[in-house]
Amino acid sequence: MILTDAEKAMLDGARGPAHRKAMELLIRYGEALGAERFVETRNVATVTTVTNPIVRKVALEHGMDGVFSRFNLDSDEIVPTPTFDAPACQLIHGIYRTEAREFGVAEDAIRLHDESEQYFGRRGLQMLSTCTPYQVGNVPTLGEHCAWMESSAVVYCNSVLGGRTNTEGRESTSAAAVTGRIPYWGLHVPENRTGDLLFRAEIDVESMRDWGLFGYYVGEIAEDGIPVLDGVRTTPNLPRLKHFGASAASSGGVELFHIPGVTPEAPNLGSALRRGGTETHAYGAAERRLAYDRLNSGASDPNVDFIMLGCPHDSIEQVWEAARLLDGKRISANVNLWIHAPRAIKEVADRSGYTAIIESAGARLLSDTCPAISRAVPKGAKVVATDSAKQAHYLPAIVLGTQAWFGSLEECVNAALTGRWAGEAP
Amino acid sequence: MTTIVLRGRCVVPGTAAGKALVSREAISGWGGMDFNTGVITERRHPLHGESFAGRVLVFVGAKGSSGWSHYFNLARHAGVAPKAMIFNRMSTKVALGAVVSRVPAITELDADPLSVIETGDWVEIDAGQGLVTVTKAAVR
Repeated sequence: MILTDAEKAMLDGARGPAHRKAMELLIRYGEALGAERFVETRNVATVTTVTNPIVRKVALEHGMDGVFSRFNLDSDEIVPTPTFDAPACQLIHGIYRTEAREFGVAEDAIRLHDESEQYFGRRGLQMLSTCTPYQVGNVPTLGEHCAWMESSAVVYCNSVLGGRTNTEGRESTSAAAVTGRIPYWGLHVPENRTGDLLFRAEIDVESMRDWGLFGYYVGEIAEDGIPVLDGVRTTPNLPRLKHFGASAASSGGVELFHIPGVTPEAPNLGSALRRGGTETHAYGAAERRLAYDRLNSGASDPNVDFIMLGCPHDSIEQVWEAARLLDGKRISANVNLWIHAPRAIKEVADRSGYTAIIESAGARLLSDTCPAISRAVPKGAKVVATDSAKQAHYLPAIVLGTQAWFGSLEECVNAALTGRWAGEAP
Repeated sequence: MTTIVLRGRCVVPGTAAGKALVSREAISGWGGMDFNTGVITERRHPLHGESFAGRVLVFVGAKGSSGWSHYFNLARHAGVAPKAMIFNRMSTKVALGAVVSRVPAITELDADPLSVIETGDWVEIDAGQGLVTVTKAAVR
């Protein structure tokens, strides 16, 4: 790779051992990709989570510098963690911190978690602790080079905001936080950002469930291509675009999509599509049904015991919609209902009285993590219902022995009230 | 004994040999495999229940969560990383995952490895030289 003088100095150790190790990793990674140079970034979203048992063991033996060296810089040599060159935020965390003791998290895991927040926070890391940093203050600008991980955040950053990031990983984002560099490759390059698959919606795509199913179908076909969505007749809001991207990044690896007339890099259909051959796919009632059936194919027991809302983490309006449906009601004694939102949004929900409505109904408003990431589900939970295509896709592979129903928010809340899944296919 | 030689581009240098595990479908890291055992856990995946530990993983590419590299890093710490990686579709997930797995890795082969290599074939890889040597299981 071609290095600038500043990058050579980092590699030579002029900025200290962590910058050297970070630059070494970025070069190994850049060469693996076939990149020729780096681009500067001042917007990083990474993780420093220490709750995984393998990471925790390193934390107990070698402290936070051991964790950061081994798992964030892929360095066997343990180097002191420096103040980060680039502004960086923590994505979703590993435990429900506020409820950790109630949920049975081990004391040493809680202690290490708290220590890690302070340790990395004091080196510049912002503890947003959510998969949706763009809902709580980190909103990339059009054309801004970012180094983000979290597939649902990456696709939102690229598609809805016009920021430029590949789907980075824990090690590359942390090396980017230290150095302010990331390989100039893939979606950093403007020519690589035009669409190569066209999906024509032949049915209305309006509700949250519609957008999740559309994304799930598109992702499975597009894999890591760049889909362009035509025929969408209503302008989707933040939660709908968030759900579409998260779904398409779960069934496939979609990192960027365009909706002509809606998303910023696609003023019209012509400018969204790559010149030359693009394959066209119709999205009609049969395709929507296929996505629905695939998502629900692992579920058979209608007796639900756990309802999960807020994957990716809810916006404040989504928390309010759930609260409205629960207002004055009481969920079934056999069911747990967990709603997830960033902690900054939970603060707004607390102040606005939404949390009180949710808790009066016997449900919970939780922050910092989710069942799939923390592997924490209510004791004995076997049959899950969720309004998230992503969570329905992943949870049965992570919390083994669970089955997951996917449906609308209303269907999920009804299931919480009755204890029975009565979702209907579209 | 039939041997086939493929040539490609080095992703991570090094040499290794082992039995192939071939996947025409993309592989997930986080949410698709168990880093303690190397077993594929994705519900509808053709390799569901199979482990890549100690095998040469031949696959189309990576998909899913950005936890891909971290999970392959954890698999290395748990001693269940694949012996080597041979893949078709370059992406940031698979590049970083191969780097932190610290196993020889190769891509852009001159013939489709998913057609040439079958699960159970003996595969020798010299990634630095861009060489993959396949000995077919059926005729060994």
